[in-house]
Amino acid sequence: MAKGDPGGTTRSRRPAPRSKKGAAGSPELVQLLTPDGERIDSATGPDGTEYRVDFTDEEYRGLYRDLVMVRKLDAEATALQRQGELGLWASLLGQEAAQVGSGRALRTQDMAFPTYREHGVLYCRGIDPIMPLGLFRGVDQGGWDPNEFKFNMYTIVIGAQTLHATGYAMGITMDGKIGTDDGEAAIAYFGDGATSQGDVNEAFVWASVFNAPLVFFCQNNQYAISEPLERQTRVPLYQRAAGFGFPGVRVDGNDVLASYAVTRTALDNARHGQGPSLIEAYTYRMGAHTTSDDPTRYRIASEVESWQAKDPITRVKAFLDKQQIADAAFFAEVDEQARRESVHLRERVLNMPNPEPVTMFDHVYPNGSPLLDEQRATFNRYMESFEGSAH
Amino acid sequence: MATETLTLGKALNTGLRRALETDPKVIIMGEDVGKLGGVFRITDGLQKDFGDQRVIDTPLAESGIIGTAVGLAIRGYRPVCEIQFDGFVYPAYDQIVSQVAKMHYRSGGRLSIPMVIRIPFGGGIGAVEHHSESPEAYFAHTAGLKVVTCSNPQDAYVMIQQAIASDDPIVFLEPKRRYWEKGQVDLDAPLSDAYPLHAARVVRPGTDVTLLAYGPMVRTCLEAATAAAEDGRELEVIDLRTLSPLDLAAAYESVKRTGRAVVVHEAPSNIGLGAELAARITEECFYSLESPVLRVTGFDTPYPAARVEEEYLPDLDRVLDAVDRTFGW
Repeated sequence: MAKGDPGGTTRSRRPAPRSKKGAAGSPELVQLLTPDGERIDSATGPDGTEYRVDFTDEEYRGLYRDLVMVRKLDAEATALQRQGELGLWASLLGQEAAQVGSGRALRTQDMAFPTYREHGVLYCRGIDPIMPLGLFRGVDQGGWDPNEFKFNMYTIVIGAQTLHATGYAMGITMDGKIGTDDGEAAIAYFGDGATSQGDVNEAFVWASVFNAPLVFFCQNNQYAISEPLERQTRVPLYQRAAGFGFPGVRVDGNDVLASYAVTRTALDNARHGQGPSLIEAYTYRMGAHTTSDDPTRYRIASEVESWQAKDPITRVKAFLDKQQIADAAFFAEVDEQARRESVHLRERVLNMPNPEPVTMFDHVYPNGSPLLDEQRATFNRYMESFEGSAH
Repeated sequence: MATETLTLGKALNTGLRRALETDPKVIIMGEDVGKLGGVFRITDGLQKDFGDQRVIDTPLAESGIIGTAVGLAIRGYRPVCEIQFDGFVYPAYDQIVSQVAKMHYRSGGRLSIPMVIRIPFGGGIGAVEHHSESPEAYFAHTAGLKVVTCSNPQDAYVMIQQAIASDDPIVFLEPKRRYWEKGQVDLDAPLSDAYPLHAARVVRPGTDVTLLAYGPMVRTCLEAATAAAEDGRELEVIDLRTLSPLDLAAAYESVKRTGRAVVVHEAPSNIGLGAELAARITEECFYSLESPVLRVTGFDTPYPAARVEEEYLPDLDRVLDAVDRTFGW
């Protein structure tokens, strides 16, 4: 999907456009849609880049649908964990706009390297949302084909995937797939906690010196499990890019339009040979780190409430409503679709079969191993010894 | 047939050159591998002939070398990464163990990481700390990695090419103190006819005791066997070559004949390769053994100062002492 490209047909009835540098109170923040649903025509990044989007009404409605869908599916997964059907779930609640905005900004040929929380990006890549649930239910280790969907496996070791993305992007350059509109780019997802990791800093160095076509997309959700941002950094994260020699920008991560605009620009710059950049999507993890976490131990309710007022979906709904881009029937239809698909997701999760135990020996090595062959055979004989017994 | 006398280092260099010629997806990356040709000159001349897109001087960060190589492998390349010294591999340990080793498994077989991680290993060159270690057990213990090591120029030339051609991620340990030792190398024999990569080899037949060694200790064991022969004892020497998976068919056959086995490696003994070898030989050859399997190894100290490394490293006398002890049971 190539949303936001100029040339759409049905334009919305917008008020006279206005420009401003950043958003009120946060001069560094690129924002195109305020929490009240007020549209800002363009915003300027710290290096003077002007960001804007030019969506059709249909595309606006599509983004709204994406946001509602990923929130609903995520909530369903959280519920499934609470009911004992998943071992763990890392909710994206609050981060829908950063993920849908950046995910929809990817072009078909772009490759994404996610953490374990990128369910919204995964959805935008066209991957069946049941796929990551296999990992968290414990029936497989993932399940989608990274090359088919251009979306790598979830990576749980913090920051490790940023180096993979960097190497992949170096490969794009080596393949000569940059410098044109249909060139390729890669995007590495990570969080504020990851910025303290050596791997992320090494990835910054590598991407910089090899001018890799790569976008570092940091969702700063303010917490690394319990540790606040202040324990990771004393400077705004996007400013770190300057020390590595590439541009950095902070975007309102709860604004799907701005998240889309900065990511699309950064990816297109990368594919045209202008090298890496860092996007800090300023957002908030509304839920727990994972279902094993208790955020009431380390943050206060008023803070959560203040972010509730900046909800990524409410503002899009307000905008669509105010501009008469969507009506009550549309909102009801989207809610109904989300409800239906989450019910469907639940049914399929409950019907996920456990893998055959002997499959644990599969895919350890592309060329196999005699040691594993021996262990598999021994295991099979052992299992067969129970056949016919009550146990 | 073009057979040349090459040092082990030059044999590796020639094998790498052959791999770069054979497959345009093969790339070499590491610290100082370009203009300098590596601190041991194993990549000497390769950047000059294949360009800096295929022989890449990387920033000085080992995790970055391996981590970016993972991404390049996903992109379809076959990275050959050089870690400058054994003791410098640990910053890359997470990428090797958690990413390189597990990517194929995690992806249900959809992704492969056909990577070779070259590491000069072992002591005997009078180096300062972190330059003489034998970390093979860490990697051999890790599911998803294969680990091999060569002991002579012919094997070096063939095995490095086989490792690069394999779709498995392979830790390729190079016996750095043997880099300058010479041997005959057949440069023309096709790779397809070569002795298999993951197979051990009997390098000296014998009847009385089986010596199991790999990498730098193979030569030590061969010298011990020569010395023992003068005393009328015939030692069979097996070069294990592949440390993961182990290939022990020849070892079992040998020990069933000799009844005695001595494992020799530079790495410390505790929980090392020798322990695994002793356990497996005991399981397989229990009724043939005349003595427990003995180990001659480095000690369970950090690698010591260079002036005492001769006493730390197994040598001919310590091997023969262990051989004597197998007759004491």
